[in-house]
Amino acid sequence: MNWLDRLRESLARTRAQLTARLGGIVGAPPAEFFEQLEAALIEGDVGVATTQHILRQLSDRRDARDPAARLAALREILLDVLGAPAPLRLDPPPAAVLMLGVNGAGKTTTIGKLAYHLKTSGRTVLLAAADTFRAAAIDQLAIWAQRAECELVRHAPGADPAAVVYDAAQAVKARGMDVLIADTAGRLHTKTNLMEELKKINRVLSRELPGSPVERLLVLDATTGQNAIAQARVFTEAVGVTGIVLAKLDGSAKGGVALAVRTALGLPVKFVGLGEGLDDLQPFDPRQFVDALLTA
Amino acid sequence: MFESLQSRLQQIVQRLAGRGVLSEADVDAALREVRLALLEADVNFKVAKAFVDRVRAAAVGQQVLTHLAPGQQVVKLVYEELVRLLGGTTHALRFADQPPTVILLVGLHGAGKTTTAGKLAMRLRNGGRRPLLVATDLRRPAAIVQLQVVGQQAGVLVFSLPGATDPVAVATAAVGEARRTGHDVVIIDSAGRQHIDDELMAELVTMREATSPHQVLLVLDAMTGQEAVNIAQRFDELLRLDGLIVTKLDGDARGGAVLSVVEVTGRPVLFAGVGEKLDGLEPFHPDRMASRILGMGDVLTLIEKAQGAVDAQTAADLERKLRRAEFTLDDFRAQLRQVRTMGPLESLVEMLPGAVRPKGAMAGMDDRALRRVEAIIDSMTPDERTHPHLIDGSRRRRIAKGSGTTIQDVNRLLRQFEEARRLVKRMSGLEGKGKRGKLQFPLR
Repeated sequence: MNWLDRLRESLARTRAQLTARLGGIVGAPPAEFFEQLEAALIEGDVGVATTQHILRQLSDRRDARDPAARLAALREILLDVLGAPAPLRLDPPPAAVLMLGVNGAGKTTTIGKLAYHLKTSGRTVLLAAADTFRAAAIDQLAIWAQRAECELVRHAPGADPAAVVYDAAQAVKARGMDVLIADTAGRLHTKTNLMEELKKINRVLSRELPGSPVERLLVLDATTGQNAIAQARVFTEAVGVTGIVLAKLDGSAKGGVALAVRTALGLPVKFVGLGEGLDDLQPFDPRQFVDALLTA
Repeated sequence: MFESLQSRLQQIVQRLAGRGVLSEADVDAALREVRLALLEADVNFKVAKAFVDRVRAAAVGQQVLTHLAPGQQVVKLVYEELVRLLGGTTHALRFADQPPTVILLVGLHGAGKTTTAGKLAMRLRNGGRRPLLVATDLRRPAAIVQLQVVGQQAGVLVFSLPGATDPVAVATAAVGEARRTGHDVVIIDSAGRQHIDDELMAELVTMREATSPHQVLLVLDAMTGQEAVNIAQRFDELLRLDGLIVTKLDGDARGGAVLSVVEVTGRPVLFAGVGEKLDGLEPFHPDRMASRILGMGDVLTLIEKAQGAVDAQTAADLERKLRRAEFTLDDFRAQLRQVRTMGPLESLVEMLPGAVRPKGAMAGMDDRALRRVEAIIDSMTPDERTHPHLIDGSRRRRIAKGSGTTIQDVNRLLRQFEEARRLVKRMSGLEGKGKRGKLQFPLR
């Protein structure tokens, strides 16, 4: 099964719901159509503000008055919100990817899959086990390193995560490798001291790899509601998030909060996670995302 | 920045509470905002609608418009409805008559099951029980090691079967082991799974049948969005949930999902998970959660505490003085003392919602500062306390010396007192403000 099918399948529920909902009412009087659309978007975690923004744009468009053209117009608006695809910046090597997120978002699993993804596209990858806090996080990453056949830099549990990242940066340079991916402990964005720790890790990374592109990816659980916006905002303020990974999109959640995060902060989704297998991480394609969302 | 449910509702409540007469249009407008606030807090679309409809119906039925304080009446209704939604009173974990009590924790990936299992085990151990933790997450890398580490931290034995491939077999063996070894509670930590993954959900059903748990608890991330309803419904449908544990409540998520899940499943929330340390599991209090959501902070708790600490006579005296605007440093000191008998000032201030958090006079005062203030006032003569304008430069020097502080400290206190006094004058102008204003003083 290729990834598009997988994405389609994982979004099938959304699609079925949306098309059942919108298909039936696409020719309905505008008031009813907009009411249903509002319900569908909000139930997809798009959020009140972004939903209203989308509805306003749609109702302002001349072609939206024509029931037949409504869905096409809606698709265009959603695409516009999501923006162009934003691939990872990994050149010139060595590049670094710092994986960020709240507890349980799916950082470690995402790293395993991203490592495999980069490896299969011909890059050499080094993992840094900088989640030294959570029980067995290092062991978990070690197993992913093994699966993806990557090298791993690890310290003992409880070690300074910035020191792990420092060592990994030296290693990636010394070994002439392409990408360093650093795991970090999950932290609620409200914990000031933990956000300070993250800034330190980020500083070490930038300092030890001067001139290298550093991606700072915020992993969002697709099931998360509007709190994702606060997460994205605070992590961005702390270390300058460069993109979003929307994890666990294989559930029934719509991941609509990605639209809200994009609207509020301009952050692009770079990857989507669709399961626990090695190849279950895929580059985000806005067109396919919206198509999967809106077409039967 | 999008506003939290708490601050939104707080605004609305204040708007309502600050007005004498409410028209039906006012109620409707307020409830429209309540609905938006609920949606922003991730309360499910349908649940939010039902909530608003219920409050409107109740308001009409009780003829809010004819009440003396209609704003307060609506506040009460919104609050009561929130409490009702959240499950009424506090629910405790139920134990089996014949040990071991088997508790099965279920939920999505990353909800916090393993951490919660550790917290629960520690809590039960501290309560004099002998829990056994069971590692049945055989799929996620290092999940068993994680539980073993957590178990070690909690001082609780972790049962696992090395090399096992069937989680149900592990769970069944664990229950047998507990029976043999006299463990009175078995906590089964299951693997995270998507509720739409039929195969893995079927595995849980089998596990339920095989181990006959007395409590099947859904572990729910407080940050969950609209899907919370479907997730909880599916788990409940297949496993007959007994309750919920809400995790990550130490973040800033408003936790609207909790409301949704309790509404659609009718199951109580048993515990609230706060923080990553193993002692971060607290009983869940629907009333407190509701008042937090309402934007009243734990003002109810505060009022409760204040009622215990402020005796009626002092309150009456103070009110009389307020009215006659003869508030002196003696009164100021008496107020400070009462505040101190209510517990650490910081925790009191934390209970106050943003709007009534003290600004100006009392802002930034910790317990040590309070004691210093008391010392300064103690070093004044009775005359000075009644007539602070007598306190000139040389008296200030003497007071500073007597209280072991500096002249700057004395000056600051006098400034703060003047500020408080102005506040008092303003308050005493507001006749018949009733209980609320009185009890919150001097924290206002």
